[in-house]
Amino acid sequence: MATTLMPPPLRARNSNRVLRVLMNHLATAAAVGSTILVMAPLIAIFGYLLYKGASSLNLAFFTQIPKPVGEPGGGMANSILGSGILLAIASLMGVPIGIAGGIYIAEFGRNKRLANMVRFTADVLNGVPSIVMGIAIYTLIVVPQKHFSALAGGVALGIMMIPTITRTTEEMLLMVPLNVREAALGLGVPNWRSVLSITLRTASPGVITGCMLAFARVAGETAPLLFTAFGNQFWSTSANEPIAALPLQIFVYAISPYDEWHRLAWAGALVLIVLIVVSVALVRYVAGRGVLKGAS
Amino acid sequence: MTQRPESSASGGADPSPSPVRTYLLNCGSSALADRAFGALMLVCALSIFFGSAWDPVNGNFGALPFIYGTVVSSILALIIAVPLAVGVAIFLTEMCPDWLRGFLAFFTELLAAIPSVVYGLWAVFVLIPLLRQYVNPVLIKTLGWTGIFAPPNYGIGMFAAGVILSIMILPIISSLTREVMSAVPHAQREAVLALGATRWEMIRMGVLRNARIGIVGAVILGLGRALGETMAVTMVIGNRPEIARSLLAPAYSMASVIANEFTEASDELYLSALVEIGLALFIVTIIVNALARVLVWAVTRGAPVRGT
Repeated sequence: MATTLMPPPLRARNSNRVLRVLMNHLATAAAVGSTILVMAPLIAIFGYLLYKGASSLNLAFFTQIPKPVGEPGGGMANSILGSGILLAIASLMGVPIGIAGGIYIAEFGRNKRLANMVRFTADVLNGVPSIVMGIAIYTLIVVPQKHFSALAGGVALGIMMIPTITRTTEEMLLMVPLNVREAALGLGVPNWRSVLSITLRTASPGVITGCMLAFARVAGETAPLLFTAFGNQFWSTSANEPIAALPLQIFVYAISPYDEWHRLAWAGALVLIVLIVVSVALVRYVAGRGVLKGAS
Repeated sequence: MTQRPESSASGGADPSPSPVRTYLLNCGSSALADRAFGALMLVCALSIFFGSAWDPVNGNFGALPFIYGTVVSSILALIIAVPLAVGVAIFLTEMCPDWLRGFLAFFTELLAAIPSVVYGLWAVFVLIPLLRQYVNPVLIKTLGWTGIFAPPNYGIGMFAAGVILSIMILPIISSLTREVMSAVPHAQREAVLALGATRWEMIRMGVLRNARIGIVGAVILGLGRALGETMAVTMVIGNRPEIARSLLAPAYSMASVIANEFTEASDELYLSALVEIGLALFIVTIIVNALARVLVWAVTRGAPVRGT
C-alpha cells in the first residue's frame, strides 16, 4: 500500500520494482495463509470437542461413578470430585507460597542476590516438564508413605502453580506506583503493613489473575498425577488414599478400546475445557475491570 | 546425572563417611582404587544413554531409542511450527485489523490453556485417522523413495507425534514472537519505509532482523515445551522402543516411557533407569529454558513501552 505513495529508490529498475511488489504480495499471502492454516486445526479441535462432548453429556455423567467394562452408562462424578479435592490441596499450598515469593521479590528483595535467584528459579521451574515433577513428588512423598495419595497429587500440582503466581505477583506489585508506598510510609505505617494492606491490595486484581491462570494451567495436568494421585475407580475423599482425577480418567478412557469409554472421555474433556475456559474468561474479566491492566 | 556417583564414591575432600568408601577403606584400598571405582560407576550410569536395547525383563536398559524419539519428534514439531508461528506473528503485528487482533489473541490464549490430554484425545480420534487415510499415502507416494516416509502406515508414529506437538507449541512460539516483534521501535519501521521499502521489505529488514535473537529465544522456549510434553505424545507416538528410519513407524519418547512404565517398574534397577531418564530430561529442559529466557530477556530488556 505504501509503495505507490513513495518515489522509487535510486537506480531501481522497472523489473526489480515488479519483483519487489510481487514479493510483498507473496509475503502477505504467506502470512495470511499461515494464520488460516493455524486457526483451522484449532477451530477443528474446539468444534469437534463441543460436538462429541455435548452429545455424550448427560446427568449420569455428573452423578455416577464409572461402571465396569461392558455395562453401559456410568459417569465421572468421582473424578470431578477428585479433581476438586486435588485442586483445593494444590491451591492451599501453591497460592500462599507463590504470593509470598512474589512479595519478597518485588518488595523486600530488590537488587538482592537471593531475589534474583528466586526469580530465576521460578522461571526454570516453569519450564520443568510436568512428568519430572511427578517423579520428584513420587520420590519425596509417595516412597516414604509407601502408597499413592491425593496429598502427593495435590502437592505436585501446588508446586507447579508456584512459579506462575510468583512471577505475576511480582509484575503486578512492581506496577503499583511508588507514590502510593511513599504516602503509606509517610503516614507512619510500618513497611510490612504498607506492603500487605496498601501495595498488595492495590495489585490484588492482577494477583488474582495470576492465581487463576496457574489454576487453569494445573487443572488439566495429567502427567504429574500418573504416579502420585494414581486414579481411583470408586468414591474417595481421603487425602491419604489414591484419588480419581478428571484428566487421568480421560487419559485412561481415551486409550481404552471401548466405545462407551471413548464417549465418556469426550464428555470429560468437554467438562474440563469448560472449567478452564470459564476461569480464563474470569481472568480477562477481572483483569479488564481492575485498576491495573497488563496481566500477561 | 554425571556427578552423583562420583562424588559419593570418591569425593576426596568430602568428610562425610559414605558406605562405599568405608567399605573400600576397610578393604585397604588406596585412593586410586577409590577413584577408579567412582569412574566405573560414572561409566555405568552414563552407559544407559548409549544402549539401544530396552528390555526390562532381561535387565537391559538402553535409553537411546527414547532420546532419539524425543529429539526427532521435537525437531519435527519445530520444522512444522516455526514458519507458521512467525507467519502468524507477522500477520498479527503488521497486517491485522484491530478488531480481529483481539479475537485472535484471545483464541491463542485459550489454545495455550487446553490441557495436553485433550490434544491427545483429539489426535487419537481425529488427527490419526486423517493422517492415515489422506496425508500419509501422499507422503509415501511422493517421498517414499527417501526412506523417511516408508510404509507400513499405521497412522500412529513419530510423524503424528511431531504434528500434534507442533499444534501444541504454536501458540507459545507465536505469542512470544509477537511480543518480541512489537518491542521493535516504531521509528525503525518508519525509517525503513521512508527509504522506499515495500511492506515485506520493511518487515524483513526493519522488524525481523532486529527481533531475530528474541525469535530464536521463542523457538527455543517452544523446544523446551516440546521436549517435556508427555500425555499427547504418549497417546500418538506408538510406544515402541526402536530406532526406525521411517518417520511413519512407531517410536517412543523419554517422557512417555516414564509415563507408561513408571508404575509398572517392578525392581529397583528398572525404577532407577526410569528416574535417570527423567533426570536427563530435567537437565536438558533446564538448559534449553535458561538459554531461551536469556535470549528473550536480552531483546525485550531495552524495549520501549508497548503501544506507544
